[in-house]
Amino acid sequence: MMKITGYADKISAAPGETIKFMVNSEAGKRYRADIVRVICGDENPDGPGYQEKVVKTAANGTYKSRKQVIHAGSFVEIGASDMLDGLESFTMQAFIWPTTPEIGTQAIISKWRDADKAGAALIITKENGSVALCLGNGKGKVQTVHTGKPLIAHEWYFVAATYDAKSKAITLVQEPLHGFETKSDRAVVRRKSTVGKVPNHTMPLTMGAYYKKTDKGRTVCGGHYNGKIDSPRIANRVLSATEMEALKTWPVNTELTNSVIGAWDFSADIKGLKVSDLSANLLHGEIVNLPARAMTGWNWTGEEMNWTNAPGQYGAIHFHDDDIYDAGWEVDFELTIPKGLKSGVYAARLRAGEHEDHIPFAVRAPRGKPTAKVLYLMPSASYQAYANEHMNTDAPVGQLLAGRLVQLDKFNLYLNEHREYGGSCYDSHSDGSGICYSSRMRPILNMRPKHRMWIGATESTLWQFNADTHITDWLEAMNIDYDVISDEDLHYEGLAAIEDYSVVVSSTHPEYHSVEMWDAMDAYQRRGGRLMYLGANGWYWRIQYHSEVPGVIEVRRNEDGIRTWEARTGEYYFSFSGEYGGLWRRNGRAPQKLLGVGFTAQGFDISSYYKRNPDSHKAKVKFIFDGIGRDEKIGDFGLIGNGAAGLELDRADRALGTPPDAYVVASSVEHTDIYLVVCEEMLVSTPGVGGHENELVRADITFHETQNGGAVWSTGSIAWAGSLAHNNYKNNVSRMTKNVLKRFINPKPF
Amino acid sequence: MPSEAESRAIEEFRKTPIGHHSGELQVILNELRGLPMDDKHCLVCTKANREWQLAKTTGVRGKPLKMLSKKFTSLEEAEWYVFKLRWKQLRGETLR
Repeated sequence: MMKITGYADKISAAPGETIKFMVNSEAGKRYRADIVRVICGDENPDGPGYQEKVVKTAANGTYKSRKQVIHAGSFVEIGASDMLDGLESFTMQAFIWPTTPEIGTQAIISKWRDADKAGAALIITKENGSVALCLGNGKGKVQTVHTGKPLIAHEWYFVAATYDAKSKAITLVQEPLHGFETKSDRAVVRRKSTVGKVPNHTMPLTMGAYYKKTDKGRTVCGGHYNGKIDSPRIANRVLSATEMEALKTWPVNTELTNSVIGAWDFSADIKGLKVSDLSANLLHGEIVNLPARAMTGWNWTGEEMNWTNAPGQYGAIHFHDDDIYDAGWEVDFELTIPKGLKSGVYAARLRAGEHEDHIPFAVRAPRGKPTAKVLYLMPSASYQAYANEHMNTDAPVGQLLAGRLVQLDKFNLYLNEHREYGGSCYDSHSDGSGICYSSRMRPILNMRPKHRMWIGATESTLWQFNADTHITDWLEAMNIDYDVISDEDLHYEGLAAIEDYSVVVSSTHPEYHSVEMWDAMDAYQRRGGRLMYLGANGWYWRIQYHSEVPGVIEVRRNEDGIRTWEARTGEYYFSFSGEYGGLWRRNGRAPQKLLGVGFTAQGFDISSYYKRNPDSHKAKVKFIFDGIGRDEKIGDFGLIGNGAAGLELDRADRALGTPPDAYVVASSVEHTDIYLVVCEEMLVSTPGVGGHENELVRADITFHETQNGGAVWSTGSIAWAGSLAHNNYKNNVSRMTKNVLKRFINPKPF
Repeated sequence: MPSEAESRAIEEFRKTPIGHHSGELQVILNELRGLPMDDKHCLVCTKANREWQLAKTTGVRGKPLKMLSKKFTSLEEAEWYVFKLRWKQLRGETLR
């Protein structure tokens, strides 16, 4: 089991800029850190082999080990307030939509001091999954009064608890909004408190969890709730049923207003971290660990799908016990990128005895001073979307997709046992809802040199980061100078990040793009830029970055496309921005428009090869095939499934936007029946969608010109890069790639 | 005993456990490889492209995999070994 892990505060930096590294080391008293240039992350001895080069920097050295842990689980924290701290009698109420009422204590609204069990909390009880009020006197007595009627998962309820400090009277309300005739889950319960005086305290008010302790400035909670909370309220006296009913909405009459301590509106500030109190007390708070916002509320009618048009129906936040945004670890060492350090893919290598981890990052060229004609676009957004995926241990379909036994490695084993490291946008939360946010402010253990991913076909079993190192390895082997930027750089800087380069080389699977990234690539091409798209299933999902905090993306898996979970109806618009999420194809920008090709089929067992098409003999594109025979099989070899055409495949389609003057110069053949046509191509479920039968199961290699001398060359296959190093780089995949790169560097129009 | 058609598919699998398969074999593999995650066999790579250890997932989030003692030096060998285990589990028949 791994005993050392870490992350960085940035995904890229230019000379003179500083990256901070946060490390958890339980491996001995000290560990060693070295900065390495990552050349090839693939350990397969049948290929070029693992290669990294240590770079001398001031950061290299030994550091003291310390354990740093992640506190996962989201909640709302309301700042300190005398009014809350002095609360004696009270009413707490909210609408809730629980997703796992059966799993144990889950706090809805809590003013609790866990150290001595003091305070009050409206909870779901572990006794029977019903609504309860928990009171503690701080002297060892804790009383939990519950309705005794288990909540039904995925149903809305209005819930409330009142407490009279003088009479000790408790009232609990559990009011279902559904009408299941024979389900008895409606209750009003009245009891007397037996714990004596409930002491006041200054611990924060929390929602979605109860306060446990403060760890190095971070609030740590327990009793994390899975499900939605909408319209939480606190009043400073016992409210009648009529008053509770009135307080479900806002505003309320003056007399009731005077009793309201807080009335929080989760539909305000949806794009940000803030939680707003509508009352005059202004007891605003913040969400912690990014629970899902822009969620349909108790009053959502289904008439409106876009939360920006009807925010009042999107007053729910969906909390999860495994949400994580920022691990919040303390900094262990920093690296200021040395002047003159060559742009490339680097990592901080951490070692202690047999334990090792790498924290990758990109070193950019000095700002405004490209050092090469070629730019490699490191797909950090796509790495984030896949960050810490658990399909290998969680999804029964894995071995069907892979067409073989899945392979795990030390990273997978660690992630399986450390769920607090959070999942990917391919995983589901513990309550079954999809993970729509993914952060890099935590260790991402599948973005690591030496990692192999179950989905990566036979031979090297590569996906994303280490598959991509076969591109950078090839550039190094060909002695081609290149700079590197990350997706995040492209998102924040737009066209300026790439416009000075003659050629942009993509990764194997650049799947996730914001509109800022999409527009920048489009503008680059129109102004004469040239793109070599050495992958597939690119520019597929729309994403957005958070506007207030760094390093986190949002994905909504809407309506269509290959999805491992599905966004709930009405929740198709990004909370981060209000943009419609889902596929770029469903946003009017199918990948074919930008790339010539777009996602058509996938399979993860073995790869295949291409045959030349008649287009390949036309004068305009002859340069692509210079030195390649008329009938040669292209790429019938390689480290990713033993072929250059494999995993995910893209094809040309005029109807989806392939330019009418594009050349489809080669197409792949002979895929297995593990390869299936993507679902967005099937309006009607039909037989015959496998590789043996369906002509849509193919990768097309295309070339087209863009305005002002620009061009795009696309290979249509994730596996392409795995063939580059075959036979010591002397092969027709390498040859064709080099033919195109040399021609694309040459500014002469086509 | 496997039927005649099953025997043909089994023999096909033994020769080519990963790759192009007949429809008859694919139907069998869909059943065997689509088992739920509790106690489902998988491989843990112990030496890159050279050695794999048999293991079982638990189907429970956070619960460690069950590492088994059996190791393989070829993926084809591992596929055939697990195929036989699953056939025994689902059909009650021992394949040789």
